[in-house]
Amino acid sequence: MSDQPILEVKDLRVWYGSPSGPVRAVDGVTFDLRPGEILGLVGESGCGKSTLGRGLLGLLPDGAQRDGELRFRGKDLLAMKPRERNRLRGRELGMIFQEPLTRLNPLMRISEHFEETLRTHERRIGKAEIERRSLEVLRLMGIPPTRYRAYPHEFSGGMRQRLMIGLGLVLRPAFVVADEPTTALDVLVEAQIIRILHDLRRDFDTSLLLITHNLGIVAEACDRVAVMYAGEIVEIGDAREVFRNPRHPYTRELLRSTISLRTTGLEHIPGAPPDLVDPPSGCHFHPRCPDAMAVCASRAPRRLVTRAGTTVECWHAELEAGTAAELTDAERAPLRREEILVADEA
Amino acid sequence: MPTKPDATPPRVLTDPVIEVDDLSVHFELGSSALRRLFGIGTRTVRAVDGVSLTLHRGEVLGVVGESGSGKTTLGRALLGMAPATEGHIRHHQRGGTVKDVHALRGTALRQLRTDLQMVFQDPHAALNPTMTIETAVGHPLKIHGVATGAELRTRVAETLERVGLSPAEQFLGKYPSDLSGGQKQRAVIARAIVLNPEVLIADEPVSMLDMSVRAKILQLMIDLRDDLDLSYVYITHDLATAKFFCDRIAIMYLGRVVEVGPTAEIFANPRHPYTRALLKAIPEPDPDLAVPRDLPRGEIPDAAAPPLGCSFHPRCPVATGECGWESRDLRVLVEEHWLRRGPEAFAAEKHLMGDLAKLDTPSKRVQIATRDPARTVEWLEAIRAEDADEPLWAGVESLTVEGGAAVVQFREGVDPALRTAGEAEVACVLYPEGETSGVE
Amino acid sequence: MLRNTSGMAKWLLIIGILITAVFVICAIFAPWLAPTGFDEQSLNGEPIPKNQAPDGTYWFGTNDMFLDVFSHTIWGARTALEVVLLSLAFSLVIGVPLGLVSGYVGRWVDRLLVFLMDAMYAFPSLLLALVFAFLFREKLGGGVLAAALSLTVIYIPQYFRVVRNTTVSAREATYVEAARAIGAKDTTIMGRYLFGNVIQSVPVIGTLNAADAIGTLAGLGFLGYGIQPDEAAEWGFDLSRALDDIGAGAWWQGFYPGVAIVLLIIGLTLIGEGLNETLNPALRKRKTAKVTMPPHTPKEVVHE
Repeated sequence: MSDQPILEVKDLRVWYGSPSGPVRAVDGVTFDLRPGEILGLVGESGCGKSTLGRGLLGLLPDGAQRDGELRFRGKDLLAMKPRERNRLRGRELGMIFQEPLTRLNPLMRISEHFEETLRTHERRIGKAEIERRSLEVLRLMGIPPTRYRAYPHEFSGGMRQRLMIGLGLVLRPAFVVADEPTTALDVLVEAQIIRILHDLRRDFDTSLLLITHNLGIVAEACDRVAVMYAGEIVEIGDAREVFRNPRHPYTRELLRSTISLRTTGLEHIPGAPPDLVDPPSGCHFHPRCPDAMAVCASRAPRRLVTRAGTTVECWHAELEAGTAAELTDAERAPLRREEILVADEA
Repeated sequence: MPTKPDATPPRVLTDPVIEVDDLSVHFELGSSALRRLFGIGTRTVRAVDGVSLTLHRGEVLGVVGESGSGKTTLGRALLGMAPATEGHIRHHQRGGTVKDVHALRGTALRQLRTDLQMVFQDPHAALNPTMTIETAVGHPLKIHGVATGAELRTRVAETLERVGLSPAEQFLGKYPSDLSGGQKQRAVIARAIVLNPEVLIADEPVSMLDMSVRAKILQLMIDLRDDLDLSYVYITHDLATAKFFCDRIAIMYLGRVVEVGPTAEIFANPRHPYTRALLKAIPEPDPDLAVPRDLPRGEIPDAAAPPLGCSFHPRCPVATGECGWESRDLRVLVEEHWLRRGPEAFAAEKHLMGDLAKLDTPSKRVQIATRDPARTVEWLEAIRAEDADEPLWAGVESLTVEGGAAVVQFREGVDPALRTAGEAEVACVLYPEGETSGVE
Repeated sequence: MLRNTSGMAKWLLIIGILITAVFVICAIFAPWLAPTGFDEQSLNGEPIPKNQAPDGTYWFGTNDMFLDVFSHTIWGARTALEVVLLSLAFSLVIGVPLGLVSGYVGRWVDRLLVFLMDAMYAFPSLLLALVFAFLFREKLGGGVLAAALSLTVIYIPQYFRVVRNTTVSAREATYVEAARAIGAKDTTIMGRYLFGNVIQSVPVIGTLNAADAIGTLAGLGFLGYGIQPDEAAEWGFDLSRALDDIGAGAWWQGFYPGVAIVLLIIGLTLIGEGLNETLNPALRKRKTAKVTMPPHTPKEVVHE
């Protein structure tokens, strides 16, 4: 792995229109992705995960606006002409969706799907070469060569998802966004898919942004993890470090509320993620945060880079790190707020 | 008798509410007019295939399985919403009367809903979009003539408060589209408990909700069980929530219960290879655990053509020779061989197997007609030599050349029934009848 | 309704409503607006002359039956709307429940009803209306009721189809299963759970059918099987009578009823299309204001 990031995102914003005003789905996101790295993106529904994932590939809803910096191999994707960007998409930038059946043409054989994908981007490619490269990808996906000329309906759900991943990777893109690729699958099949994603870097040297709500998947498959809340990445860092030593209260509460085999008590985060049209002032998490201080409601937190390399946006974390000496006692006082009702939930 | 159960497990489980005895629910599939005319090729899906279970009063019984395991059909059958093809479902009412759910029709079946209720997976789809929450939650009371007018309104408001939708006035006039996912599920639960039922069948009640909300809904269900003396059948694919919520767990695979026992026993001492695989596959939020690699291959098979012998044998990592090996397993084996060897080997060797589609008809005796059957046998022997531990070979009785074809004869398999093993019951040849401890 | 509409759809709807409103006003206030009764051959005691060109007294002229064309056209609006409303009501009352039952019950009931409705639908609608107009005339005479019933017959299959198809898909919805789980009877499920969800496309078909009904009614009248002149004033009949005198230059006899037919059809069609764009989510394009982003202030970075 080289140290040069494949993807550099700096202060990226993606807002889109809604009847009640602009939705700040992605609101100032900064991160890097190295070659072959798997970054997990987690958070509750409606925190902007999918918009960020699609926004990175330029797949935006109608009337959406983007700004900030988005560099792929040093080239600014936002400044690129649409034609140039379209050429990159598919070839260098890939996407794996949640629902595989709706993305495969039921009247086309698997071989034809691969042929079409390869021909679109490499016009002069020969038939033998197509078959060689397709079978190679299928092999890595665990699909036997006997099935190469089968139709999509002849495959099981997990096989179809592997086909989709194979189709996404046959051009060997440098960066792939996988949006909840296992949500519709059973736990045993999910484990098979995670294993395939985990082996991507070995087989394809592909960087992956894995969007999921399942922290278990992140723990198993990802090198780094980004926790998103209300359009912002509130904590990002090495997966082991973040899971073992979460610095942001949201990360901590999210981990605590996850029900796993080791769960001994039910924990939950009170309230619901905010409306992204009009998010709370200061730190967006302050209305639900158990550690909230007076300052959290008024001033947006800064970006704290910890010694372990984690970046976290939280006043409380700064206080613990000792970098917020200027906060007055009044600002450090616990936040007084209205009680959150049981029913105010996501 | 039905006193409020002690909150501390283990509960004393002596008083059955629902008894299921050898229940089967089969569906006819894809029977086109032409096929019916000739009486051929109707595919019968055995969604539930010989299940016996007991739900005790005050108990939470988990039914865990993948999609296609028949767990949802079982839940619907318990309510009389999927007709039983065979077997019995008995409901012991509070007064001591016993009702045969499988035989109830019409009014009697509708009357049953005052005792047995259901919570659905997708709370959004489970609520009529054109009904307010008040109408929706109050409708069971109206249908069964329990309350009307002001009394109905009071009962609805009380129930909404009970499930955490408070203040109730704020929710009464709202439509489902005005509520969040968790709120909608609370409304669905409110509708289910408004008639004060004995049993709730909860079909994946939290799996469509966000992590942070799941805990809240589960906590609500636990509180309701304690306060309202409810018994639950908790249908799920998620062993983690089942572990937390259930007193006993039944693991289902392809229409059968393959293991059933107290939750603690299932997790501390999983016996069936399928249970073990499920436990291993759950992604834990702990980055120190490696990606599990020794998981079962393949996916849950087609319930219209289940594997011969034990249904799990094609995926089982510890299968033996007597598990029911057959033609389709041979196809998977050679496909995996080509997968390992790569496309070149496939191109060079595919003529040795002839038409693979012939293997798709389940059979104990496979005839591979090729030009050189001796070469095919030799080739299969070579594959066997590569991985002699592959359990399929233990199930092969003979591999010979007969009348111009390579013939693979499989041994007769066993379709294991549920039997006692320790504190649980398990359906696996590794735990033979009569042996109380089994292979641990 | 108008608040949820935008752009083109909104204007279609407004123009349609305006045009139709004129006719509705004419229909309701015909006795006051029309100088004469629909079959009155005198004005203010004076007998009405035959085939007189439009002038200050007879704005639209008079026809060969000694009738004032202006009055007759206004009375025609009342007839047209009466027939359309009646036929709409009848076909809704019959078509919607049939579709609901057929879609929900399924099996042989469904097969039989679908077969019958498809058979009816296969006939050209005017031909079907003619046959039934002929049949009903024997029993009910040549009035508004007979005409409305013969139109009803041709529109029932349309409501049936739409409602039956939406019911078939709605029947599988979880909320229907949930209704069964709380012990609701089939009739309750159809009435309280399915009805409200399957009739949402009915207003659109209703207005479009109304437009079509105006045309068919005029067609019946033109061919002489519609409403008879002694029962009510009817534009199609007027049109056919006027044909004979057009050669003699008496254009006004047919012109005004003809324009009325065309305008009312346009008005109703515009309402239907406007409603369709408003109610049908597949056609509706969300109009959202362009997003403008205020300048972003990057977050200050501190190091531990």
